[in-house]
Amino acid sequence: MKMTTADVEYVARLARLELTPGEKELFAGQMDAILGYVEKLKGVDTEGIIPTSHAVPMENSFREDVVRPSIGLEKALANAPERAGSFFAVPKVIE
Amino acid sequence: MKYQPVIGLEVHVQLLTDTKIFCGCSTKFGAEPNSQTCPVCLGLPGALPVLNKKVVEFAIKAGLSTNCSITPRSLFARKNYFYPDLPKGYQISQFEDPICQWGWLDILVEGQETKRIRITRIHMEEDAGKLVHGELSGPGDGSGVDLNRACTPLLEVVSEPDLRSSDEAVVYLKQLHEIVTWLGICDGNMEEGSFRCDANVSVMPIGSATLGTRAEIKNVNSFKFVKQAIEYEIRRQIDLIEDGGAVVQETRLFDPDSGTTRSMRSKEEAHDYRYFPDPDLVPLVISDDWIERSRRELPELPEQRQRRFIADLGLTLYDAEVLTSSRALADYFEAGVAAGGNAKAVSNWTMGEITRALNDSGVSIEACPVAPGQLAELLKLIDIGTISGKIAKTVFEEMWKSGKTPQSIVEEQGLVQVSDSGAIESIIDEILAANAGQVAEYRGGKEKVFGFFVGLVMKASRGKANPSVVNELLLSKLKG
Repeated sequence: MKMTTADVEYVARLARLELTPGEKELFAGQMDAILGYVEKLKGVDTEGIIPTSHAVPMENSFREDVVRPSIGLEKALANAPERAGSFFAVPKVIE
Repeated sequence: MKYQPVIGLEVHVQLLTDTKIFCGCSTKFGAEPNSQTCPVCLGLPGALPVLNKKVVEFAIKAGLSTNCSITPRSLFARKNYFYPDLPKGYQISQFEDPICQWGWLDILVEGQETKRIRITRIHMEEDAGKLVHGELSGPGDGSGVDLNRACTPLLEVVSEPDLRSSDEAVVYLKQLHEIVTWLGICDGNMEEGSFRCDANVSVMPIGSATLGTRAEIKNVNSFKFVKQAIEYEIRRQIDLIEDGGAVVQETRLFDPDSGTTRSMRSKEEAHDYRYFPDPDLVPLVISDDWIERSRRELPELPEQRQRRFIADLGLTLYDAEVLTSSRALADYFEAGVAAGGNAKAVSNWTMGEITRALNDSGVSIEACPVAPGQLAELLKLIDIGTISGKIAKTVFEEMWKSGKTPQSIVEEQGLVQVSDSGAIESIIDEILAANAGQVAEYRGGKEKVFGFFVGLVMKASRGKANPSVVNELLLSKLKG
């Protein structure tokens, strides 16, 4: 599988990244190398093995349905670039 | 050409937990914007989501009640997209291996024929925040983001495209609504968005084996709107095809004011959500024991209860349906029967006087001032002849107002029914003597006058005379 600059552009758009033509070339080569490396796994016999979703063999970590204090409005909005009253302010969203 | 509509529904059910799905923030509705938030639901870096166990329990109950298989090992996945109401840039949902799969609901089509609607899957996920427009006091004319709703637990119930008309869609939706509210896992409030529905609609020529291109309609938040939106969309697609056009796969928004749907251009671009297992949340393993425990805890569902009311308590289908329209109403009725009330009488009073009084005063059955045991006591007083059915209504009104027991009201107000034939006889004698003209009419064959005498006797006794004793005595005196 050969990564092209078109593939890089597609992924970059999904991640809302703006790349220069030079970066696209660079990343296409790097991604190609990474995917090529991972490709080797296809040679392993995985018959009957559950796909590994987590590195640590752990399951069922729960919390009970008990309310804990929230951090409060001021703290919640402290990092907001802009606020409007109690809201985070964002550019107008039109549906 | 004739067309066959094909409809599948995706229903979002907001769960009635006290806290969010992955953090301990309250889910209470109506709080000040952004006051019910923490690093987890704000999507701050380094925060660790931990699954609310109750969400899993609710999901299992929903699955068992819709004939689903419970997946022994299920996973949470990240669904990646950007939107201002989604703080992390991804929604935690389930993709492969959702908690419930392969279920179904049997619906009654046109009130008679049973039709099986398959349920593809039910999965757990977090809700997004809420966007508000045009009501901000802040800078510019931007939108505001409230993250109180972010991370609220939802179940998404996805049906197969088995529905063939807007009516079928509404019947299916109502049945699902009844189940989740009955289970007590959702408050069912459609206006507040606790139970909301997206409809996938397509049309194909009748007899065709290939489904047409579908449009997904969002924002339908009442049963009436579901019907309207689907009907409008079917019409629009048929017109489009007949005019030589083609249906585009897209998301459309229902506008309740005009009853139409319109394209949501902002969402037209193809989505690539890049789902992958969320490394922050470990796999969920549900044992057979857990499933069995849940099954035992399930309440009797409305349909089962209807059947029991009919078979064991001798109710009519209609009465059984009315009484099982909500779990609370059915519980009230059963408590009344358990307290010794005659089933038919408790049923009549629950659907009659009780429902009327609740409606008049705007009180819910849960807060009914007359407890089911008190109603049963009142009905017993009628049964043993202490009061008449008519007087019972007066006593009921007093019970409603004062909360006193029926016995004490009857005693205090001297409402005990008079069955003593001597006392009634003397009233009758006076009345017959004072109305000689009508007596003559009756004896001359005008039997309708009988009711006039009964009325006078009841009035003279202030409603307390036992009606059957009155009838009997009056008849024998008039004939005599």
